[in-house]
Amino acid sequence: MSSSPEHHEPSFIRKYVFSLDHKTIGLQYMFTSLTFLLFGFGLMLLMRWQLAFPGKPIPIIGGLFGDTFAPGGIMLPEFYNQLGAMHGTIMVFLGVVPLGVGFYGNYFLPLQIGAGDMAFPRLNMMSYWIYFMGGVLMLSSFLMPGGAAQSGWTSYPPLSVIAPPGQTMWLISMTFIITSSLFGSINFIVTTVNMRAPGLNWMRLPVFVWAQFITAILLLFAFPVLQAGAILQLLDRVAGTSFYLPAGLVVSGTLLNRAGGGSALLYQHLFWFLAHPEVYVLILPAMGIVAEILATNTRKPLFGYKTIVRSIMFLGVLSFVVWAHHMFLSGMKTSLARIFMVTTMVISIPSVAILSCYVFSLWGASIRFRVPMLFALAFLPLFGIGGLTGLPLGFLPTDIYLHDTYYVIGHFHYVVVTGSLIALMGGIYHWFPKIFGRSMNEFWGKVHFWGTVVCMNGIFFPMFIQGLAGMQRRLYDPTVQAHNATTQILSPFQLLAAVSLLVFQFPFIINLFVSLFKGQKTVENPWEATTLEWACPSPPPHGNFLSLPQVNRGPYEYSVPGMKKDWSAQNE
Amino acid sequence: MATIFGLWGLFFAYCLIRFRSKKNPTADYAAASKGGLLSFLPDVMVLGFEIWLIFFLGLPIWAEIKEDFPKPEKSNVVELVAEQFSWGFQYPGADGLFSKRDPKQISSGNTIGLDANDPNGKDDFVSINELHVPLGKPTIVYMTSKDVIHSFFIPEFRVKQDVVPGMRVPLWFEPVQTGHFEIGCAQLCGLGHYRMRGEVVVDTPEEFEAWKKEKTKELQQTSS
Repeated sequence: MSSSPEHHEPSFIRKYVFSLDHKTIGLQYMFTSLTFLLFGFGLMLLMRWQLAFPGKPIPIIGGLFGDTFAPGGIMLPEFYNQLGAMHGTIMVFLGVVPLGVGFYGNYFLPLQIGAGDMAFPRLNMMSYWIYFMGGVLMLSSFLMPGGAAQSGWTSYPPLSVIAPPGQTMWLISMTFIITSSLFGSINFIVTTVNMRAPGLNWMRLPVFVWAQFITAILLLFAFPVLQAGAILQLLDRVAGTSFYLPAGLVVSGTLLNRAGGGSALLYQHLFWFLAHPEVYVLILPAMGIVAEILATNTRKPLFGYKTIVRSIMFLGVLSFVVWAHHMFLSGMKTSLARIFMVTTMVISIPSVAILSCYVFSLWGASIRFRVPMLFALAFLPLFGIGGLTGLPLGFLPTDIYLHDTYYVIGHFHYVVVTGSLIALMGGIYHWFPKIFGRSMNEFWGKVHFWGTVVCMNGIFFPMFIQGLAGMQRRLYDPTVQAHNATTQILSPFQLLAAVSLLVFQFPFIINLFVSLFKGQKTVENPWEATTLEWACPSPPPHGNFLSLPQVNRGPYEYSVPGMKKDWSAQNE
Repeated sequence: MATIFGLWGLFFAYCLIRFRSKKNPTADYAAASKGGLLSFLPDVMVLGFEIWLIFFLGLPIWAEIKEDFPKPEKSNVVELVAEQFSWGFQYPGADGLFSKRDPKQISSGNTIGLDANDPNGKDDFVSINELHVPLGKPTIVYMTSKDVIHSFFIPEFRVKQDVVPGMRVPLWFEPVQTGHFEIGCAQLCGLGHYRMRGEVVVDTPEEFEAWKKEKTKELQQTSS
């Protein structure tokens, strides 16, 4: 085990740029992914302007985009499609996953299992830098002739094959991002299996570690499939192959000179075989974070620890057999849809079980309403909305109408934004004292929390109404179609909520940086929590633990009867 | 769905108030293992509800909408060729037989590429962005695309189906009233996706026959 601290002082570059320390790499992931999240959010603001006021010049910054994107400040449909595709790609692949897995997994998984570092520190560093290059490539694709990728974040062929060169850039940078994820996931699996502290058996692992472990397995098995799919699409674009192109395609009146014989649906299968497990990659780390925050702030053990762990495993397995519910109307064989409806409905059971266990954990608790706890509590009903609104989409008769409408957008934003992202934000407040040895401001944390939760609902809830009214997704100007006119009145309201959401992120950003340098210094274990990361100094030194921890009990031994204090750390 | 959310919500709100640290300064360690089988009630409720949904609603309705098609001879049959960014509806004409299509013959005057050598095609006519259907019998639309994936969506009829190049996917519906209804595209198909719209016109059977005659007459005039 490489837990013995090294005593020489590393150079600046070794310490902060090309660091091998899992904590520095974790923080690199955090700051990079938060920046991407902010950028992706900015793209969304532009789209919301166009949706609220179609064809009106974008105020203040409209002139910056030039004639290729927005002549006279009025957005072109091509630009709108680029914004849509890039918003999805950036938020999912460069924002939420690197934050949930890259940051939280890297920083806290080794700490919570009592390890000195990850199993493969060099692989870990490489994983970050490949992700970083992938991200830079992705952003630079806006500078390609014809702009960035514009065939949706899903990039269905043949549209994506005949799209401008930005799509090639998208495929190349996806290859980077996927490679980075694979390196990361192998590292997490090996670390969890081999480097647990003595006494830390599987059923004593915190839920957070379980969630990260299953997430890593999902990444390892699902991502290579998209890698293959992306490379085939790249060949279709640059090498004249026809993996996804049937014969006789006529694009704008010209017969495409291709051999044909390919299938457009093949790509959709390969894509969703990744992208459905991907949904659980987005949500599982968040569930893990919520479990930690809940246990700490209810001052009691989590309800049904074993049920939660089994449900997470079950989710992981089932997530590989539900992918085609994204394709019920794709022209896929209709009898396949029956099977995928059943698996999709079944996968809701473990999710309900996990959420129920979390809610039951509140019974008999002594709830401390601190900022991280507010985020964790908000996660429960809001993720509940996200999960339950998914049922009508997995259910065939209702999916026919709701598929590809704003209802779908509302559903997955409730899952990923008010679910995952809320939990990820709460986690930053929860672990900030551990990372920097200082605490964040409570008041501004509460301002950030309430503003964020209200505004998020203001953006996403109207989407259900719009979707039920039949408004299709990815429309540059919905008002062109008569059936969308009735719900157009909601769009300016959503724009207002979106701009306010931006405003409410400033308290967070300022709080983060001010607390980083000027925050009140804290003790090792300010929340009086039980898991191992609180047993090392704050911030943890290189090598993490001063002495190898010996684990004697389960992860959430709070308020044990007969004890003087209301918490018993795992290593006590 | 709403029930379970409501029950969760009530329990949640009650816990937040009843078990706040001021009111309840010490937590109950044993509460984490209370409840036993009762704690699986939400899971069982959802499971039961879903089994009912799947077997009593989901599968039968899906079968009716997407699998059990009406007999073509008793229906109005139309072929749809979608392209960026319009819908081309091919009608079989008086003989009831469709012409083959050949991508090589596509031109500005023959947007869907009707095969000039096919005798069945002499009376076939094409209607762009306007689907006329008769009231009182089902319509079957066989759909394909020239270029990219589109999705044929009539919000008022609650029908939707992706239109995929290289495939021929059917869809059917039976209108219950006359009138004009909007067709939209539900799958991103390029920069004009938002304006790829059309119209379903539900005619009385007499109006429908009259419209077909008129289209056939137009066809003869242009070919002569």
